[in-house]
Amino acid sequence: MPGVLLGAGLAILAGVFMLLARAFAGPTPFDRILATNAMGTKTVIFVSLLGFISDRPEFLDTALAYAIINFVSTIAILKFIEFKRIG
Amino acid sequence: MQPVFDVLTVFFLTVGCVLAVTGALGVLRMPDFYSRLHPAGKTDSLALVLIIIGLLFQCSRYPGIGTGAAIRLVLIAGFIFLTSPVATHAIAKAAMLAGLEPWRKADEPHV
Repeated sequence: MPGVLLGAGLAILAGVFMLLARAFAGPTPFDRILATNAMGTKTVIFVSLLGFISDRPEFLDTALAYAIINFVSTIAILKFIEFKRIG
Repeated sequence: MQPVFDVLTVFFLTVGCVLAVTGALGVLRMPDFYSRLHPAGKTDSLALVLIIIGLLFQCSRYPGIGTGAAIRLVLIAGFIFLTSPVATHAIAKAAMLAGLEPWRKADEPHV
Protein backbone atom coordinates (compact mmCIF):
# COMPACT_ATOMS: atom_id res chain seq x y z
CA MET A 1 0.00 0.00 0.00
CA PRO A 2 2.81 2.54 0.65
CA GLY A 3 3.85 2.15 -2.99
CA VAL A 4 0.43 3.27 -4.22
CA LEU A 5 0.44 6.24 -1.86
CA LEU A 6 3.97 7.14 -2.98
CA GLY A 7 2.90 7.02 -6.64
CA ALA A 8 -0.02 9.32 -5.85
CA GLY A 9 2.37 11.68 -4.07
CA LEU A 10 4.67 11.77 -7.11
CA ALA A 11 1.72 12.55 -9.39
CA ILE A 12 0.73 15.42 -7.10
CA LEU A 13 4.34 16.67 -7.17
CA ALA A 14 4.29 16.64 -10.99
CA GLY A 15 1.16 18.80 -10.85
CA VAL A 16 2.84 21.15 -8.38
CA PHE A 17 5.76 21.66 -10.77
CA MET A 18 3.40 22.47 -13.66
CA LEU A 19 1.66 25.06 -11.47
CA LEU A 20 5.06 26.42 -10.44
CA ALA A 21 5.91 26.94 -14.12
CA ARG A 22 2.66 28.89 -14.53
CA ALA A 23 3.42 30.94 -11.41
CA PHE A 24 6.83 31.84 -12.87
CA ALA A 25 5.47 32.57 -16.34
CA GLY A 26 2.66 34.87 -15.17
CA PRO A 27 1.89 37.02 -17.12
CA THR A 28 -0.58 38.83 -14.78
CA PRO A 29 -0.39 38.82 -10.96
CA PHE A 30 -3.74 37.02 -10.90
CA ASP A 31 -2.24 34.06 -12.78
CA ARG A 32 0.42 33.83 -10.11
CA ILE A 33 -2.13 34.02 -7.28
CA LEU A 34 -4.27 31.35 -8.95
CA ALA A 35 -1.30 29.03 -9.43
CA THR A 36 -0.13 29.58 -5.85
CA ASN A 37 -3.61 28.88 -4.50
CA ALA A 38 -3.83 25.64 -6.48
CA MET A 39 -0.32 24.72 -5.30
CA GLY A 40 -1.49 25.19 -1.71
CA THR A 41 -4.38 22.79 -2.25
CA LYS A 42 -1.99 20.26 -3.75
CA THR A 43 0.34 20.73 -0.78
CA VAL A 44 -2.54 19.87 1.57
CA ILE A 45 -3.09 16.64 -0.40
CA PHE A 46 0.63 15.87 -0.37
CA VAL A 47 1.02 16.39 3.39
CA SER A 48 -1.97 14.12 4.02
CA LEU A 49 -0.46 11.45 1.75
CA LEU A 50 2.92 11.85 3.46
CA GLY A 51 1.34 11.10 6.83
CA PHE A 52 -0.08 7.82 5.55
CA ILE A 53 3.13 6.93 3.66
CA SER A 54 5.20 7.28 6.85
CA ASP A 55 2.52 5.57 9.00
CA ARG A 56 1.96 8.73 11.04
CA PRO A 57 -1.56 10.13 10.42
CA GLU A 58 -0.77 12.91 12.92
CA PHE A 59 0.51 14.83 9.88
CA LEU A 60 -3.15 15.62 9.15
CA ASP A 61 -3.06 18.40 11.76
CA THR A 62 -0.38 20.09 9.65
CA ALA A 63 -2.49 19.63 6.53
CA LEU A 64 -5.53 21.20 8.22
CA ALA A 65 -3.49 24.19 9.41
CA TYR A 66 -2.01 24.59 5.92
CA ALA A 67 -5.48 24.59 4.33
CA ILE A 68 -6.58 27.41 6.62
CA ILE A 69 -3.39 29.45 6.06
CA ASN A 70 -3.66 28.95 2.29
CA PHE A 71 -7.19 30.34 2.14
CA VAL A 72 -6.47 33.30 4.42
CA SER A 73 -3.28 34.25 2.55
CA THR A 74 -5.04 34.13 -0.84
CA ILE A 75 -7.84 36.39 0.39
CA ALA A 76 -5.31 38.73 2.05
CA ILE A 77 -3.23 39.11 -1.13
CA LEU A 78 -6.35 39.72 -3.22
CA LYS A 79 -7.62 42.30 -0.75
CA PHE A 80 -4.25 44.03 -0.85
CA ILE A 81 -4.31 44.17 -4.65
CA GLU A 82 -7.90 45.38 -4.76
CA PHE A 83 -7.81 48.05 -2.01
CA LYS A 84 -4.04 48.69 -1.75
CA ARG A 85 -4.16 47.97 1.98
CA ILE A 86 -4.79 44.95 4.24
CA GLY A 87 -6.67 46.46 7.20
CA MET B 1 -12.39 -6.20 4.97
CA GLN B 2 -9.05 -4.43 4.48
CA PRO B 3 -8.39 -5.86 0.96
CA VAL B 4 -11.70 -4.37 -0.24
CA PHE B 5 -10.74 -1.05 1.33
CA ASP B 6 -7.35 -1.21 -0.40
CA VAL B 7 -8.99 -1.66 -3.81
CA LEU B 8 -11.28 1.30 -3.10
CA THR B 9 -8.27 3.37 -2.02
CA VAL B 10 -6.43 2.59 -5.26
CA PHE B 11 -9.51 3.51 -7.30
CA PHE B 12 -10.14 6.84 -5.58
CA LEU B 13 -6.45 7.78 -5.54
CA THR B 14 -6.13 7.02 -9.26
CA VAL B 15 -9.14 9.14 -10.24
CA GLY B 16 -8.04 11.95 -7.90
CA CYS B 17 -4.47 11.98 -9.21
CA VAL B 18 -5.62 12.01 -12.85
CA LEU B 19 -7.84 15.00 -12.03
CA ALA B 20 -5.05 16.78 -10.15
CA VAL B 21 -2.50 16.33 -12.96
CA THR B 22 -4.92 17.27 -15.75
CA GLY B 23 -6.00 20.32 -13.76
CA ALA B 24 -2.41 21.47 -13.36
CA LEU B 25 -1.79 20.82 -17.07
CA GLY B 26 -4.85 22.92 -17.87
CA VAL B 27 -3.54 25.81 -15.78
CA LEU B 28 -0.24 25.54 -17.65
CA ARG B 29 -1.70 25.31 -21.16
CA MET B 30 -4.87 27.42 -21.26
CA PRO B 31 -4.61 30.63 -23.32
CA ASP B 32 -5.68 33.33 -20.85
CA PHE B 33 -6.43 34.01 -17.21
CA TYR B 34 -10.20 33.48 -17.23
CA SER B 35 -9.91 30.13 -18.98
CA ARG B 36 -7.24 29.09 -16.48
CA LEU B 37 -9.75 29.59 -13.65
CA HIS B 38 -11.75 26.67 -15.00
CA PRO B 39 -9.21 23.82 -14.51
CA ALA B 40 -7.76 25.37 -11.34
CA GLY B 41 -11.07 25.98 -9.59
CA LYS B 42 -13.00 22.83 -10.39
CA THR B 43 -10.55 19.98 -10.62
CA ASP B 44 -8.65 21.05 -7.51
CA SER B 45 -11.46 20.70 -5.00
CA LEU B 46 -12.79 17.50 -6.58
CA ALA B 47 -9.33 15.90 -6.75
CA LEU B 48 -8.71 16.73 -3.09
CA VAL B 49 -12.05 15.30 -1.98
CA LEU B 50 -11.50 12.09 -3.99
CA ILE B 51 -8.00 11.59 -2.57
CA ILE B 52 -9.29 12.26 0.96
CA ILE B 53 -12.01 9.63 0.44
CA GLY B 54 -9.31 7.23 -0.72
CA LEU B 55 -7.26 7.96 2.41
CA LEU B 56 -10.32 7.50 4.65
CA PHE B 57 -10.34 3.80 3.78
CA GLN B 58 -6.78 3.53 5.13
CA CYS B 59 -7.69 4.85 8.59
CA SER B 60 -8.75 1.39 9.82
CA ARG B 61 -5.08 0.35 9.67
CA TYR B 62 -4.36 2.51 12.72
CA PRO B 63 -6.40 1.16 15.66
CA GLY B 64 -5.69 3.84 18.26
CA ILE B 65 -5.56 7.01 16.18
CA GLY B 66 -7.62 5.96 13.17
CA THR B 67 -10.82 7.63 14.35
CA GLY B 68 -9.10 10.96 14.98
CA ALA B 69 -7.39 10.75 11.58
CA ALA B 70 -10.75 10.09 9.89
CA ILE B 71 -12.33 13.09 11.63
CA ARG B 72 -9.43 15.31 10.54
CA LEU B 73 -9.67 14.04 6.95
CA VAL B 74 -13.38 14.88 6.84
CA LEU B 75 -12.61 18.33 8.31
CA ILE B 76 -9.94 19.00 5.66
CA ALA B 77 -12.26 17.88 2.84
CA GLY B 78 -15.16 19.99 4.12
CA PHE B 79 -12.97 23.06 4.61
CA ILE B 80 -11.39 22.86 1.14
CA PHE B 81 -14.75 22.14 -0.46
CA LEU B 82 -16.10 25.36 1.06
CA THR B 83 -13.09 27.64 0.63
CA SER B 84 -11.67 26.64 -2.77
CA PRO B 85 -14.66 27.98 -4.78
CA VAL B 86 -14.68 31.11 -2.61
CA ALA B 87 -10.98 31.75 -3.33
CA THR B 88 -11.46 31.13 -7.07
CA HIS B 89 -14.42 33.51 -7.16
CA ALA B 90 -12.45 36.15 -5.25
CA ILE B 91 -9.54 35.88 -7.73
CA ALA B 92 -11.91 36.18 -10.71
CA LYS B 93 -13.68 39.18 -9.17
CA ALA B 94 -10.39 40.92 -8.35
CA ALA B 95 -9.18 40.40 -11.93
CA MET B 96 -12.46 41.71 -13.34
CA LEU B 97 -12.31 44.80 -11.09
CA ALA B 98 -8.68 45.36 -12.11
CA GLY B 99 -9.87 45.59 -15.71
CA LEU B 100 -8.38 42.40 -17.15
CA GLU B 101 -9.93 41.75 -20.58
CA PRO B 102 -11.13 38.24 -21.49
CA TRP B 103 -9.25 36.60 -24.36
CA ARG B 104 -11.00 36.61 -27.77
CA LYS B 105 -10.36 35.14 -31.18
CA ALA B 106 -8.81 37.62 -33.60
CA ASP B 107 -11.90 37.98 -35.80
CA GLU B 108 -14.48 37.96 -33.00
CA PRO B 109 -16.39 41.26 -32.65
CA HIS B 110 -16.05 43.13 -29.38
CA VAL B 111 -19.44 42.92 -27.64
